Amino acid sequence: MEPKTPVVQMRNITKAFGSVMANERVWLDIYKGEILALLGENGSGKTTLMNMLSGIYFPDEGQIFINGNEVVIRSPKDAFDHGIGMIHQHFKLVDVLTAAENIVLGLKEPGRLDLAAVSEKIRALCEAYGFDVDPDQKIYDMSVSQKQTVEIIKVLYRGADILILDEPTAVLTPQETEKLFAVLRNMRDAGKAIVIITHKMNEVEELSDRVAVLRHGHFIGDMPTAETDAHEMTNMLVGHPVELSIERPDPVDPKPRIEVKNLTVRSIDGILKLEDVSFTANSGEILGIAGISGSGQKELLEAIAGLQPVESGSICYVDDTGRREELLGKDPLSIAELGVALSFVPEDRLGMGLVGNMDIAANMMLRSFRRGKSPFLNRKDPQKLAEQVIAELDVSTPGVSTPVRRLSGGNVQKVLVGREIASAPTVLLTAYAVRGLDIHSSYTIYDLINKQKKNGVAVIYVGEDLDVLLELSDRILVLCGGKVSGIVEGRGVKKRDVGLMMTRLGGAKEDA
Amino acid sequence: MFDLISFIPRAVVQGIPLLYGSTGETITEKSGNLNLGIPGVMYVGGISGVIGAFLYEQACGSPANMRGFLAVGIPLCASLLGSLLMGLLYCFLTVTLRANQNVTGLALTTFGVGFGNFFGGSLIKLTGSEVPSITLSATSAYFSRALPFAGKLGWFGKIFLSYGFLAYLAIFLALISSYILRRTRTGLHLRAVGENPNTADAAGINVNRYKYRATCLGSMIAGLGGLYYVMDYACGIWSNDAFGDRGWLAIALVIFTIWRPNVSIFASILFGGLYILYLFIPTGMNLAIKELYKMLPYLVTLVVLVITSMRNKRENQPPAALGLAYFREER
Repeated sequence: MEPKTPVVQMRNITKAFGSVMANERVWLDIYKGEILALLGENGSGKTTLMNMLSGIYFPDEGQIFINGNEVVIRSPKDAFDHGIGMIHQHFKLVDVLTAAENIVLGLKEPGRLDLAAVSEKIRALCEAYGFDVDPDQKIYDMSVSQKQTVEIIKVLYRGADILILDEPTAVLTPQETEKLFAVLRNMRDAGKAIVIITHKMNEVEELSDRVAVLRHGHFIGDMPTAETDAHEMTNMLVGHPVELSIERPDPVDPKPRIEVKNLTVRSIDGILKLEDVSFTANSGEILGIAGISGSGQKELLEAIAGLQPVESGSICYVDDTGRREELLGKDPLSIAELGVALSFVPEDRLGMGLVGNMDIAANMMLRSFRRGKSPFLNRKDPQKLAEQVIAELDVSTPGVSTPVRRLSGGNVQKVLVGREIASAPTVLLTAYAVRGLDIHSSYTIYDLINKQKKNGVAVIYVGEDLDVLLELSDRILVLCGGKVSGIVEGRGVKKRDVGLMMTRLGGAKEDA
Repeated sequence: MFDLISFIPRAVVQGIPLLYGSTGETITEKSGNLNLGIPGVMYVGGISGVIGAFLYEQACGSPANMRGFLAVGIPLCASLLGSLLMGLLYCFLTVTLRANQNVTGLALTTFGVGFGNFFGGSLIKLTGSEVPSITLSATSAYFSRALPFAGKLGWFGKIFLSYGFLAYLAIFLALISSYILRRTRTGLHLRAVGENPNTADAAGINVNRYKYRATCLGSMIAGLGGLYYVMDYACGIWSNDAFGDRGWLAIALVIFTIWRPNVSIFASILFGGLYILYLFIPTGMNLAIKELYKMLPYLVTLVVLVITSMRNKRENQPPAALGLAYFREER
């Protein structure tokens, strides 16, 4: 094999945000015809580094060479001119425009805007790489994976040969991920340079030819993927050896706590969100809920918490003495008083549960402000609780009086989960508790959840990362399009089977 | 009996200021700027034209010395300049300083009306007129001059050809705006800015430049509505507060036409017709009933709002980023 020359060379790249060094003297080479995985924890600066290549940020120091020539990239347009295109985690698409209109957006081609010709060109690209997208479809009619495809075509349409994908699989089902990987391999074989930013080890192993690791803004090293393994990469990632497996103690004295029978929920628009869902959540057990996002997870948790109108079915709460209580028809407040705590981490993190402009102590008060008879608020206890949560969960904040919106995502989540746990629940409903968190913070949260389980709390855990669900849950309920696709034991089940159940009711049948 | 042949021309001349206002506001809103200052902008457009015309008429002494080109050009330029400055002020506050758009818009309306009334009042004082108005009939004659053969063509001439050039300009501007918004690269970029400025920015579109240009252009077009009102519709007579609530109607019209200037051509004439319907329907001497009829355009807007939001089609919704300031750093 002839020695390859890098198409992109980043040298001594340094970028600081205020006093925080996001990248410090980073060296990185990107080659043609190769898929490079850029691996790093949250906040390790991998997205920042790539944003400097795609013109979102401008480096404070350092040089970028493309094909051996030094270049200055000041805007996304400069990046396009050098053949660099980035597919962001949050799609940059205009919903009411068609795929074709989005793809030509911002292009300054000479002459009239001829959308028919554009569509033709897009179809040719689809043919070449195996994409499946209709150029005349509006974006708001598309699935997440179709939107991502549009983003990739947008970049290719501009003639990019260096593609950067920021956590492209975070929103995809295993099957969609496979499709994406196939397309990426096609592009690599066509001679494009591809960078994927990820923190999922299995993806690195499955897809990439080379892996580069960043830690705390520093470049740790790179190597061909074939010559390394998950353990070595994790060590480079975290800096010290960590235990990779998640602890899963056996359930302590499991007794039915929540019994859901034939639950059916419709959205305001009359769309069926949950259909005939039945299951039991036991105390001292973690019930994982798997499913493609939007399969009814949110509605299920909200129905239990009393926030969602239910069409039919029943939700029964069973206390330690065996007394049964119907939750349907109760208002959220009295359900919460039974010890049902909901910590839902929505996509924008602050949407539900926390008020961004209020400080940590005041956010703690959102759970307790009804206590006491005095018309004045009791600020002392929440203050104490806030300090306790900060200390126990290692929340990094300048103090209890910092507005929550100024905290980083991981810390916001810790505050939310910490507050819900502090209310000493008997049922803990949590959704996407580790969304966007790095390995370290994720494990803190898993530990917290396990601790609750040991205390006999019935935990219902809605997760996105199948690997984690498989390792953490005692049982897994798989939702598919609002129906229960199956309930499986967490121990010993195959990821592939769960993935199939997510996309097809009782998917295992296909297996034969 | 309902006299359609005299009703339609009156509905049209009522509708033209609204058409200017709504075309201007549609272009503005497509960039994501909700300019509630449009009533003020139209007011300023009107009074600026009046000031220009007044100065020129004073300089000439008698109407015989006036030249048609200057008599039209000076008020036109003055009006465009006045409304451009209003547009710039709005942009500076909301785009550069990122002030709240609603508050800025409302302040601009109050300011525009005050500005107009102040200078209107001053001019009236200067002329020493007996009535609280100034008359610029010489200038108005140039503005409202119709095609010479229009009168000979009977009802056809009356309905289609009896208007001053500004009326045709309004229709032309509405058509061309529609074309630009729907079919050109500039229009596509502008829509993207109003829908999702982050995306537009990432695609290499200069968001602030588009916002500035669309808002200033929109203001200038809206300002022409004020000019048309004084010079053509009101026969060159300016009196304070006579412009009324036409600016608000223009904003209602934008919603009514679901952000389409070409639809606005017919909608503005419909609104104009509804606005003066009370004059054509025998209501007797009961003023209260007249007021009820004047409500019609607003009622129609409410009904359209209900219908469009019930149909819930994405294309019929306002630009998604309407009313929001754009920060690049916020992701």
